[in-house]
Amino acid sequence: MSDTHSESVGFVRKTFIEPAPPPAREAGAVKWLRENLFSGVVNSALTILSIIFIVWIAVSVYPWFANAAYGTSSLAECREVLEGVNAACFSVLQERGNQMLFGIAYPSEQYWRPLLAFVLLFVCAVPVLFSQYVPRQTLIGTALYPFFAYWLIWGGTLWLSIAILGLLIAAYFVPKVIAGLPDGARSGLGLVVGGATGLLLAYWLAVGGLNLWGLASGFAEGGGTGGMIGAVLFYAMAAFVAVTFIPMGIFTAYAVWQSAERGLLLSTVTTIAFLFVALNFVAGPLAGVLNGIVPIELEAVASRDLGGFMLNMILGTVCVSLSIPLGILLALGRQSSLPFIKGVCVVFIEFIRGVPLITLLFVANVVLAYFFPPESNIDLVLRVIIMITMFAAAYIAEVIRGGLAALPRGQYEAADSLGLDYGQATRLIILPQALKISIPGIVNVAVGLFKDTTLVSVISMFDLVGAIRGPILGSADWAGIYWEAFGFAALLFFVVCYGISQYSQWLERELATDHR
Amino acid sequence: MKKSVILGALTVAGMAAGAASAATLDDVQARGTLNCGVTTGVPGFAEPDADGVWQGFDVAVCRAVAAAVLGDPTAVEFVPTTGKTRFTALASGEIDMLARNTTWTFSRDVDLKFEFTGVNYYDGQGFMVPADLGVTSAADLDGATVCIQTGTTTELNLADFFRSNNISYEPVPIETGSEAVQLFLAGSCDVYTTDRSALAAQRANFPTPSDYIVLPEVVSKEPLGPLVRHGDNDWGDIVRWTLNALITAEELGVTSENIEELAAGTDNPEVNRLLGSEGTLGEMLGLDGQWAMRAIMAEGNYGEIFDNNIGEATNIGLARGLNAQWTDGGLLYSPPFR
Amino acid sequence: MSTISEERLDSGHGGAPSGFKLGMLLNDTRYRSYTFQFIALVLLILSISYLVSNLIANLEEAGLNISWAFLAEPAGYDINQRPIEYDSQSTHARASIVGAINTLIVAFLACVTATILGVVAGVLRLSNNWIVARLMSVYVEAFRNVPVLIWILIIFLAMSNAFPQPRAFRGEAPDAEMWLGLFAFTNRGVYAPSFINGAGSTIFWIVCVLSIVGVFAYRRYAKKLLYDTGRLLPMGWPSLAILIVPPVLAFFLLGSPVSLETPELRGFNFQGGVHLRLSLIALWFALAIYTGAFIAENVRAGIMAISKGQTEAAGALGLRPGRIMNLVILPQALRVIIPPLISQYLNITKNSSLAIAVGYMDITGTLGGITLNQTGRAIEAILLLMLFYLLVSLAISAIMNVYNNSVKLKER
Repeated sequence: MSDTHSESVGFVRKTFIEPAPPPAREAGAVKWLRENLFSGVVNSALTILSIIFIVWIAVSVYPWFANAAYGTSSLAECREVLEGVNAACFSVLQERGNQMLFGIAYPSEQYWRPLLAFVLLFVCAVPVLFSQYVPRQTLIGTALYPFFAYWLIWGGTLWLSIAILGLLIAAYFVPKVIAGLPDGARSGLGLVVGGATGLLLAYWLAVGGLNLWGLASGFAEGGGTGGMIGAVLFYAMAAFVAVTFIPMGIFTAYAVWQSAERGLLLSTVTTIAFLFVALNFVAGPLAGVLNGIVPIELEAVASRDLGGFMLNMILGTVCVSLSIPLGILLALGRQSSLPFIKGVCVVFIEFIRGVPLITLLFVANVVLAYFFPPESNIDLVLRVIIMITMFAAAYIAEVIRGGLAALPRGQYEAADSLGLDYGQATRLIILPQALKISIPGIVNVAVGLFKDTTLVSVISMFDLVGAIRGPILGSADWAGIYWEAFGFAALLFFVVCYGISQYSQWLERELATDHR
Repeated sequence: MKKSVILGALTVAGMAAGAASAATLDDVQARGTLNCGVTTGVPGFAEPDADGVWQGFDVAVCRAVAAAVLGDPTAVEFVPTTGKTRFTALASGEIDMLARNTTWTFSRDVDLKFEFTGVNYYDGQGFMVPADLGVTSAADLDGATVCIQTGTTTELNLADFFRSNNISYEPVPIETGSEAVQLFLAGSCDVYTTDRSALAAQRANFPTPSDYIVLPEVVSKEPLGPLVRHGDNDWGDIVRWTLNALITAEELGVTSENIEELAAGTDNPEVNRLLGSEGTLGEMLGLDGQWAMRAIMAEGNYGEIFDNNIGEATNIGLARGLNAQWTDGGLLYSPPFR
Repeated sequence: MSTISEERLDSGHGGAPSGFKLGMLLNDTRYRSYTFQFIALVLLILSISYLVSNLIANLEEAGLNISWAFLAEPAGYDINQRPIEYDSQSTHARASIVGAINTLIVAFLACVTATILGVVAGVLRLSNNWIVARLMSVYVEAFRNVPVLIWILIIFLAMSNAFPQPRAFRGEAPDAEMWLGLFAFTNRGVYAPSFINGAGSTIFWIVCVLSIVGVFAYRRYAKKLLYDTGRLLPMGWPSLAILIVPPVLAFFLLGSPVSLETPELRGFNFQGGVHLRLSLIALWFALAIYTGAFIAENVRAGIMAISKGQTEAAGALGLRPGRIMNLVILPQALRVIIPPLISQYLNITKNSSLAIAVGYMDITGTLGGITLNQTGRAIEAILLLMLFYLLVSLAISAIMNVYNNSVKLKER
C-alpha cells in the first residue's frame, strides 16, 4: 500500500503539524460563556434575566450604602443630613452598636471581659475543632475555659471557679482512692455509704409517697372525670411507693455494700455524695476564704444584665455543649433494649420535637417557676438555658440515633464477642464511630439552635433582636429605623452561621476515611 | 425533698437569685438590690437611655422604694417585662414589685392575687389619628384599621367600645409599642390606641408630632399603679406608703431642694412625721425614721418626678389634668401621715 | 448493647430458678436489666411526685388553682382574621379554635410555597448556567444562615413601609392604582377579588370539581392504555378541554351563577373581596423563603444522590434535559428528598408560632397570647398550646409517612 502511495502522491508530509489553537468560539472566555451562560434559548433567557436582576439590585442598593449618614445622634438628625435622599443611617450602629453586641445593661467599662471571653472561645475551641493538627495536651486549656469564661462574664471572684474546678478534680480521684483502700476499710466504707444511701432513699421515697398520696386525695376531692383519673393514677403511684420504699432502701444499701468488692457502684455513689457536699457546702466558703487571702475579683454582673449578641453567643455555646452529652444519653436510651427506659426516652424526644421552641420558652418564662420548690428562685437566663438545652438535646439525640443505626451490626457483635460489657462497648467501639457519622448533623442542629436563640426576644429578654425591637426601636432617637439595625443583626448571624457550616463541610472531608 | 441535688449545685454556680419567701423586705435587704419590673420601653415612663440607665416616671417609683428600703436609689435591678410576662414574674418572686403602668382592675386584684399599692397615674385609653384623616371623634372610626399594643386591657376596652357603638373595625395586634408606632407612622393602620399617656409619650417621638391628633374620647378608666404580691402585707405597706410619701410631699410643699432644711424640724407636725423628726412612722414600717426623706430625695416629690419625666416642660408634654393634687382639683389624695 | 437483650431472651423460659440470691439482681445479667428498669421507674415516679407537689405548693402559696373554666368564658377581644364565625362575645375556647385554624392556614400556604421555591432553587442550583447556579447559592446561603425571626421582622417592616396606604388609591389622580383593577397591594395587605355565589352556584362548583377529577381520570386512563397496549393518547389539549369546557358550559347554561366581587375603597379601607393581611403575608413569605432555602438543599442532595449514569442513560435514550429531570431524576430523587421534606413541613408548622412577632392571630397569638394575658391561666393555656402543636406534628408525620411508604423503592 505504501508503495502505491509513495508513487501516486506527489507530496508526503514528514513532520507533524503543530496543533492549531481551537477556533475562537471554542476557546477561552467565549467558550466558557457559550457553555455556561448561553447554551440554549432557555439558558440565555435565564442568564439575561439574572443579569438584569443583579444590575437592578445593585443600582437600587448602591446609593443607599454610598450616601449613608454617619455620626448623627438620632434618626431625625440623619434625615436632616440626608435631605430627603433615601439612604442608610449607620449612625444607629455607632450610637447603639455596643448595646446590640453586649445588651443594654452590661456595664460599658467592662466590655473587655466578654470580648476577651469571645476571643478565648476561639483559641480554646481550636483543640476541639482541629484536633488532628493540635497536640492533645491543649485540650486542658479547653477544659479550663468554661470556668474562666464564667468568671469573666459574670464577674465575682475567680476563686469560686478555681474552687469548683479543684473539687471536680478531687472528685475524679475519689474512685481511685477507694480502689486503693485496704479490703477491710473498703468494706467498712461500703457499709457506711450503703447504709446512708439506703436510708436516704427510703426517706425520699417515703416523703414522695406521702406527697403522691396527698396529690391523689386532692384530685379525689376535686371530683370530675379528670379528678378521678388523676386520683387513680396518683393513688396507684403512692401504693407502689408504699410497697417498695423499704425493700428499695434495703436493696440499695445491700447493693452498695456488696459492690465494695468491685467498687464501681460504691465509688459512683461516694463520688456523687462527695460532689454534692463539696459543691454545696465547701466551694462557696473555700472561695470566700481564698479570696480573703488573695483577692482576685471582677465587678459582678447579674445574669439579666447580659444581652445583645453576647447573650445569643452564650446561650448558643452553653446549650449546645450541655446538650451533646444529654443527647448521647437520650440516643442510647432510645436504642436501648430495656423497654421502660426506651419508652421514657421516646416520649421525651418526641414531645420536645413536637412542640415549637417558643412554647418551651413560654414554659421557661411563666410555668417553670411553679415546678421548682417554693422558696427557690431560679434566674430567667438559667431557666431558658435549661429549656433550650432540653430542646437541643432531643434533636441531637435523633441525629446520634441516626449515627448509631448507621453502624454495621457487625460492630456491635464484634464488641460483644470481645467480651466487652455494655459500657465498654459503647464507650470504646460504638460511640466513637457513631459520633463521627453524626458530626455534620450535630453541627446542623447547633447552627439551627444558635439562630433560634433569637426567640428569647419574644419573652422580653434583650438579646440582639430583643435589644433592637425593644429599647433601640422604642427609643425617642431611633424609632422608625429598621433596615440598618436588622441588617446588622442578619449580617452578624450570617457570618457566624456560615463560618460554622463551612467548618462542618471541611470537617466532613477531613473525616472521610472510607476509600474512594 | 426541698433541696435537691441539682438545685444545690446550681446555687453554688451562683446563678440562682435570692429566695422569695414571705418576707420580701428581708430578702431585698439581704440581697442589697430591689428587683423592679418595668416595661420594655415606653418613653417618659420607663426606658433605658443610651448608657443603659433606666429613666422615667415608673422608674422613679422603683428608685424611691429602693432609697427608702436600702438607702440607695441606684440599688435597683430593672427587669423588663412584657404584658405576658409581668404577672408571672411578680407571682414567682422574680421581681419584688411591678411598676409597669399596670391598670388596677378587679380581676387582677382579686383573681390573680395581686395587691395594688395605690395609683401613680390616672389614665384612660384614647385614640390617635393622623390629623389629615379628617376624623374628629372616635365615633367616625367605622371600618378603620386600629393598631393595638397587645397584652393589656386595651384590646378588651376597644372591643367593648366598638361593640357598644355598633361600629366595625379591623384590629391589628402588635407585641411591642415600637412596632405599633412604626406601623401607625407607615399608615398600616389609621388609628393607634393605647393609654393616653403612652400616646402622648410616643407622639413626642414622631418626626412631626403636630401631624397627629389624640381624639377627645377616653374610652376607659385606667388607674395605673405599682403592685406587689398578695400575702406580704408588710412589703405592700412599704410600697404603698412610699408612693403616698411622694404624693404627700408635693401636697405639703416638700421638695428635694428644701427637704434638708425641713428635716431639721418645722412647725407643720405632718411634715415632721413624714420626715421622721417626730413620731416613729418609719419604725412601724420596719424601716428607720429617714425612709421617706430618702424616698423623696431620690428623684423628688411626685410633682417633681412628673415634671421631670413627662410634664409639660419635657417633650412628652403631659398636663397634670387628673393627676393634679386634690387641692388643685385633681384626683391625687394621699391618706394622712399620722 | 445486645448482651443484655440476648441474655434476657435466655432467661425467658421459666420463672426464677432455684438458688436465687439477692446479689443476682445486680450481678446476674439475666436480672440486672429488670433491676435497672425498676430503679428508673421509681426515680421517675419520685420526680413526678416532686414536681407536682412543688406545683401544688406554689399554686397554694399564690392562692391560684388549675381550672379550665376560663375556656367557657367570653374572650372579650376581637380577632381580625376569622375563618369561622367569631366575635368578642365568643368564648376563649372558640378564640383558640380560630387561632388554630389560622395556624393551619399559614402553615399550609407556607408549606406549598416553600416546596415550589425549594424545588426550583434546588434544581437551578445544579443548572449548567453558571450565573443562575451562583444566584441560587447566594439565596440558599443567605436565607439559611440568618434567623427566621429576623426575616419575618424585616419582611413585615419593609412591606409596611414600601407599599402604599389605601389612602393613596383615592382621588382624581391617585398615587397608586389597583393592579388590573382587581388587586390592591397596600401596606395593610393585599385585597383580591372574591366570588359571589348566586343561584345555582353549587352545581357550577360541582361541575368544576368533577372536571378536575376528570382530567386526572383521563390521564390515568391514557397512561394505562400506554402501558397496556402501547397506544399513545394526546395529553395536552384533551386535558385542557376537560378542564375548561364543562365549567364554561355550566357557567353560561346556569346563567352566570358566580360573579366576582372586586375590592373597593370605601371609608378607611378597601371593602369586599378577600383581604390577605400584612401579618399573614409577612409570615407566609418569610417562612416560605426561609424554609425554601433548606428544601433547596434537600432537593440538591437528593438529585446528587442519583448516579450520573441515570442522566446519561436517559440522554442516550434521546430524552430532552427537561424530560430527564421530570421523568428520570426527580421521581428517584423524591425518595431521598421526602424524609427531610417532612421535617421541613414540621418546622414550618412549629415556626409559624413566630406569628406572635407580627401580630398574626394564630393559636400562639390567641390562646398563648391574649387569652393567657387576660385570664392569667398560664399553665393551662401553655399546656393546651403544646398539646395542639404536638397533635399537629404527629398528624403531619403520620400523613407524610404514609406517602413516604407509598413512594418507597419496592424491592423484590
